[in-house]
Amino acid sequence: MKASPYLVLALVLTVCFTLATGLEPRAATWSNRSRSDNVFGVLFGDGRRLFANQFFTMADVYFHSGYYPSIFDLRDEGRKEIVAESHGHTDSPEDELKEDFLGKPKDWIDRFGRHFHITEHTHLEHSNEREILPWLRLAADMDPQKIETYTVGSFFMREHLNQPREAEAFLREGLRNNPNSYEILFELGRLYYDNYHDPDRARNVWQLALHRWLQQDPKDQKENKLGFEEITVNLAHLEDGVGNYEDAIRWFQGAQKVSPDPGALQRQIDGIKKKMGAPTNAPAAAPQ
Amino acid sequence: MNTIWALAGVVIKELYRRKDFYVLFVLTALITIAAGMVNFFHDPKIVRYVKDICMLLIWVSALIIALITTARQIPAERESRTIFPLLAKPVTRAQFILGKFLGCWLATGLALAVFYVFFAIITGSREQNWPWLTYLQAIWLQWAMLAMVIALALLGSIISAAPSSTTTICFIAVAGILLVGGHLNTVALHQTQPLQTIFYTIYFLIPHLEWFDIRDRVVYDWGLVGWLDCVLATLYAAAYTGLFLLLTWLGFRRKSLNT
Repeated sequence: MKASPYLVLALVLTVCFTLATGLEPRAATWSNRSRSDNVFGVLFGDGRRLFANQFFTMADVYFHSGYYPSIFDLRDEGRKEIVAESHGHTDSPEDELKEDFLGKPKDWIDRFGRHFHITEHTHLEHSNEREILPWLRLAADMDPQKIETYTVGSFFMREHLNQPREAEAFLREGLRNNPNSYEILFELGRLYYDNYHDPDRARNVWQLALHRWLQQDPKDQKENKLGFEEITVNLAHLEDGVGNYEDAIRWFQGAQKVSPDPGALQRQIDGIKKKMGAPTNAPAAAPQ
Repeated sequence: MNTIWALAGVVIKELYRRKDFYVLFVLTALITIAAGMVNFFHDPKIVRYVKDICMLLIWVSALIIALITTARQIPAERESRTIFPLLAKPVTRAQFILGKFLGCWLATGLALAVFYVFFAIITGSREQNWPWLTYLQAIWLQWAMLAMVIALALLGSIISAAPSSTTTICFIAVAGILLVGGHLNTVALHQTQPLQTIFYTIYFLIPHLEWFDIRDRVVYDWGLVGWLDCVLATLYAAAYTGLFLLLTWLGFRRKSLNT
């Protein structure tokens, strides 16, 4: 008996199709990689997280326009300046000295070589901050659980590039990937307050951020006191701005418990009390 | 001199007959254009990452073209035995070496020019900015660096018969110098004797190719390097190129040409 090649082909195709329908649901459970929603997830699997830090560092390198220490320049690996900037930190003269990782030239080769390379510590400005965004986008794709990527990206977009819509979309993406992050909620609150001038939504988001902060382990709370202070101080300023002076005082008093400079906060409390025309010994109540 | 130019002309013709350059150029162009088409946060003015990627590809491609073109010159002539009629004509071994060097260097220069024109078009179309003098410095310094690399590869090709091993060893050496060469003095400071002396000796002996890499200045718009520094760097490159060519000639003049 001689079978037609077309019949054999049809049979093979039928078998393939039948097997595919049977195997596809099982294959989907073998690995999470194929279900990833971005190309890096498909290519690298969980290994992509290794690259995320490198891309985040590249954003910092771009922020310094190439003036950046190599692995051979022994410098204290502190917090990245794009992160510090997003928390409102500006370089003092002491910081500038620390950033001079090159030091004096060690020999004539070193001295002459510096004529060709970047030896000046600068930060991007005048909307050129946009150049760091591709690296932050890549870092977020590589490691969606790296929270700093979203907060730093949002800060530069809303503060320097006048792109609050893109910043909000980036933060919401971060929030979908990290629903318990108080940092992202805090940054979202800043966006509502500073850019959209919507104190009601900002208050709600900051209160949720505080709730998330309080849900942390006691050990994490001890390590992240700055987060608590930032949230409470911003809530205090918000309430002060809308005329809820008593709430503002309560938030400042809460912030005083963790602040490295409670005196400065006390002066702000005193200022509000003056506005209220009330006595200065109001009872303190920590907001919870 | 005519003999040297004639030999160089043959090498240049070889570059555009072979597919190496076209493959690398198309690859560079495709990757750069693909990177440039990515939309980050709806901001079309973001450009530095495209410049960065394109410059890196240009550096890698130019290095590969220079090494592959150079490393096969002398072994190919010996293997096909065309070196015998060539040297039977009034061509000295020194002219042969110089002709091969000049041909490889000019061929690499032509390839570099094409790469940089592409770079200028891509970045200029996005930035609306054409810093021609910066590009001129970048291409000149890269070409001067490649002169040293080509002379080094020629030296390697008379030591090793296989072009693949010459290419690989030279590529590792050049990449090593570019990445680590400038930091050997820092590394030496943290070593004990005799390692410290060894590191310092290597540091002062190697050609400092990393000087010629001004990609960061181009990518981050840092402007021009001093012209006097460019001239001094060119003289430095010429000295090392001359040294490598002299060593090549010393090795080649008494070398048996039979494979």
